[in-house]
Amino acid sequence: MNPLPRLFGRTRRYTDIDVSIEEHIQERADELEAEGMPRKQAEQAARREFGNVSLLQQRSREQWQWPALESLMADLKFTLRRLRKSPGFAITVLLTLAIGIGANTAVFSVINGVLLKPLPYPDSGRLVALWLNAPGAAGLANFESGLRLSESMFFTFSEHNQSFESLGVWVQNTANVTGIAQPEEVHAILISNGLLETLNVPPALGRWLSPVDQDPHGSKRVMLSYGYWQRRFGGDKSVIGRSLQLDSQSREIVGVMPRGFRVVDNDFDLLVPLQFDRSTAILAGFGYNGIARLKPGVSISQANADVSRLIETWMHSFRNGPGSNPFYYRVWRISPDFHPLKQQVVGSITGVLWVVMATVGLVMLIACVNIANLLLVRADSRQNELAVRAALGAGRGRIARELLVESIALGMMGGLFALGVAFGGLKFLVAFGPANLPRLSEVTLDGGSLLFALVLSIFSGLFFGSIPAMKYSTIRAIAALSGSKRTASDSRARHRSRNILVVAQVAMALVLLVSALLMIRTFAALRSVDPGFSDPARTETVRISVPELLVADQIQVTHLLNEISDKIAAVPGVQSAAFAGAAPMEGIDPNWDEMAAEGKVYAGGEPPLRLFNYVSPGFFKTMGTQIVAGREYTWDDAYGLRNNIIVSENFARENWGSPQAAVGKRIRQFSKMPWQIIVGVAQDVRHNGVDEKTPEIIYWPAMYNSPYTQKPTIDGLRAVTFAVRSNRAGTEALVSDIQRAVWSVNANLPVAAPGTMEVIYSKSMARTSFTLTMLAIAGSMALLLGIIGIYGVISYAVSQRTREIGIRLALGAQKSELKWMFVRSAMALTAAGVVIGLISAAAVTQSMKSLLFGISPLDPLTYLTMPLVLCVAAAVASYLPARRAANVNPVYALRVD
Amino acid sequence: MARNSDNRDLFPGALEIMILQSLRHKPMHGYALVKHIKQVSDELLQIEEGSLYPALQRMLREGLLDSKEGLSAKGRPTRIYRVTDSGIRHLEKELSSFGKMFDGITRVLAFSQS
Repeated sequence: MNPLPRLFGRTRRYTDIDVSIEEHIQERADELEAEGMPRKQAEQAARREFGNVSLLQQRSREQWQWPALESLMADLKFTLRRLRKSPGFAITVLLTLAIGIGANTAVFSVINGVLLKPLPYPDSGRLVALWLNAPGAAGLANFESGLRLSESMFFTFSEHNQSFESLGVWVQNTANVTGIAQPEEVHAILISNGLLETLNVPPALGRWLSPVDQDPHGSKRVMLSYGYWQRRFGGDKSVIGRSLQLDSQSREIVGVMPRGFRVVDNDFDLLVPLQFDRSTAILAGFGYNGIARLKPGVSISQANADVSRLIETWMHSFRNGPGSNPFYYRVWRISPDFHPLKQQVVGSITGVLWVVMATVGLVMLIACVNIANLLLVRADSRQNELAVRAALGAGRGRIARELLVESIALGMMGGLFALGVAFGGLKFLVAFGPANLPRLSEVTLDGGSLLFALVLSIFSGLFFGSIPAMKYSTIRAIAALSGSKRTASDSRARHRSRNILVVAQVAMALVLLVSALLMIRTFAALRSVDPGFSDPARTETVRISVPELLVADQIQVTHLLNEISDKIAAVPGVQSAAFAGAAPMEGIDPNWDEMAAEGKVYAGGEPPLRLFNYVSPGFFKTMGTQIVAGREYTWDDAYGLRNNIIVSENFARENWGSPQAAVGKRIRQFSKMPWQIIVGVAQDVRHNGVDEKTPEIIYWPAMYNSPYTQKPTIDGLRAVTFAVRSNRAGTEALVSDIQRAVWSVNANLPVAAPGTMEVIYSKSMARTSFTLTMLAIAGSMALLLGIIGIYGVISYAVSQRTREIGIRLALGAQKSELKWMFVRSAMALTAAGVVIGLISAAAVTQSMKSLLFGISPLDPLTYLTMPLVLCVAAAVASYLPARRAANVNPVYALRVD
Repeated sequence: MARNSDNRDLFPGALEIMILQSLRHKPMHGYALVKHIKQVSDELLQIEEGSLYPALQRMLREGLLDSKEGLSAKGRPTRIYRVTDSGIRHLEKELSSFGKMFDGITRVLAFSQS
């Protein structure tokens, strides 16, 4: 029979049954009355003859029901009624679950969005990042994560490879847009031919930049991002064909990319063609990120093999300039090390995210254990009821099912509330997560997250429900019913499962606490590292760049920057102002190349590569970087092209033993170059972040003779970071004062990326502080839950053993002894948990090695402190209920049943 | 569940056959059905009054019977049960297998007597 009409016709059927039965009884009563029985008596007799009326009605109705489902519904109704009757229990459990499941769902959403989902490009599994290994080019931090591509490599690889459908390179840049309202610095991404084809996302409007637009002698074109199109042009469709003043050059807009399109996780305002010129390309200039789309069926290792044979072709096809040896790069041992694009985008955050996921997962487990404990206590108080039901014939399955229905219902309700928590938690994670968290814009609470929350709700319900269900479904009716509570305390067996849960809880809490303290100690170690500058909160930074088309002559550019620097220094409240190619930890490496010390012989004939920075006079003073020997630059060093140079302390020690000995020594870049005389040695600076090693740095003046051209040419800084030391750092007012100072010199120069060194400094520790925050939250939650668990177990034991306590007191037991009895049992459980926890922590923290700095994963202080904290907490948590036991009044206690 | 306890006193299917056979003779309401079976069997078969109703509901659900509103002999509202076509087909199938079984039992009993 079709179940739907059956369900809806049911009320009518039930009425039919009742009417039929009622008529039956009345008719029988009529008969008996006719035989001479009084009416009332006749009706009673008729009912007796009929049997158990309501039972037969029930059985008749059951013909129209699905018995399994209906009794499940009844269980559910019963559960809800029981929960309403104990709101304290219900709220505790639901809140715990909502937070636990919510936190897990939020973190899972991040992991799903960042790590699991494919990149938002068609068939993104075939996209690879073109990174190269160059183990022979030691000396630079950059090379630890690979060597990027040069222009000539792009030409060689894209012309000769057999593995890729398409291949392109890109680099991030900033550009000045003028002519629309105020001058503005925008994020541009410079792209080569083949890049858009590789990503393969069609434009929202107009067309892609085409090979024609890449012709270095062709006309200048540009594409807009969706955001920039909306912001600057209000989404006007007639924008195609119009022109834009970019770095003082007019460019025609040919297309708009769709909303959400990013170049390998980088937002941008404009896409600008690189317009590579094959005729001037040289071997060097490894500054371009390469990506490619594999042909179907081609593996990454095949592509690696394909491109590795092209390295020789590349050295045969290009030069670094007349007279240079193109095969010099054999020393570098360049080999392709391509990996999936997703791996490059996601990068080092993978470890952090899994640690966070494991952490919240562990908290969830502890929370479930707590709930299981509460349910055990609850089931315990129902022991008599369950025993009666078992005696009346309820099967094991029936009782287990009811207990499980209760826990799964709790799990699902908790899961429902958890969605709210997850939504809020995700907002929190997105707002406070590491600023460099990749793919952040792709993180949402989607179907995957909902499914995760549902599955987690059901499984946690099953998990914490199965413990009491297993225990109480096998209850032996006779034992439970006949055992008088008046005569005995509970048996050991009754406490065993609760005790095991507490031990597990303590162990898990300890693992979290140890991990949290390790992160705290890591953070402290990072903070105590001297970054090589001082008072970051009082140092404001801004970026300014002078386009070549605005001011062509380098000497004029230097004068312009000098003038700006003086104007900013004259702003009220500013102590000093200076500029450099890059500020420390800003993520910019202005240049790097080899640098030879006079009289030194290098293994392999070539000196190692060094990081180059370019600084104006007063930059070290403004940053608070100590000059450990010699002096800072003067403007005369720059304008006079004096061949004076400043080096970092570690470079000086490496070559001459001490900073003082380095002053007056000579170094040079290439053998044709004049010697540079060291005039100063600057304190080591953690240029790549506090947790990275300090690079050896060569500081050039703001203007110098270019080593890269045939004829002597003057080169110098154009794109700079200004550092401004002031008590007003970090205020809007100071930024607008700086802006006015800049505009008073040249009104076409935008001031970009305002911030303080403090912000840059914290950003470099963002990963650590994020992990730290998450672990600290999780650790405190675990500690709290663990304390609640211990408190609950001891407090329940006290309430169950009130009689025993009364007897002991009546027989003359000391109160302090009684207290100690309970505290001791708690301490025994804690000690067992601590031992297991310490062993697990030692194993688990090995996987955190890459997140730690300056301490070992087996840091003794951490492994001593945290067990101590837990033991103290456990002592307090057990002392409170134990004190209650000691205050029991024996007369009252003996009356208790 | 209660489904199989209906025929506790008789062999399985006996109550069903008697209900179908009685109602084929004439559509009746519950009380009349009980009385009819008692009378026809000369009170040899004492069916438990209450157990009739779950059986009737099961047969309604299986489509062997249908019911409509009606009045009892005394004019009280009740439900009149009637056999459907599928009920008649079911009855005939049951009767033939019942006949075979009865035959078998008779022969076995006759054999042990001789």
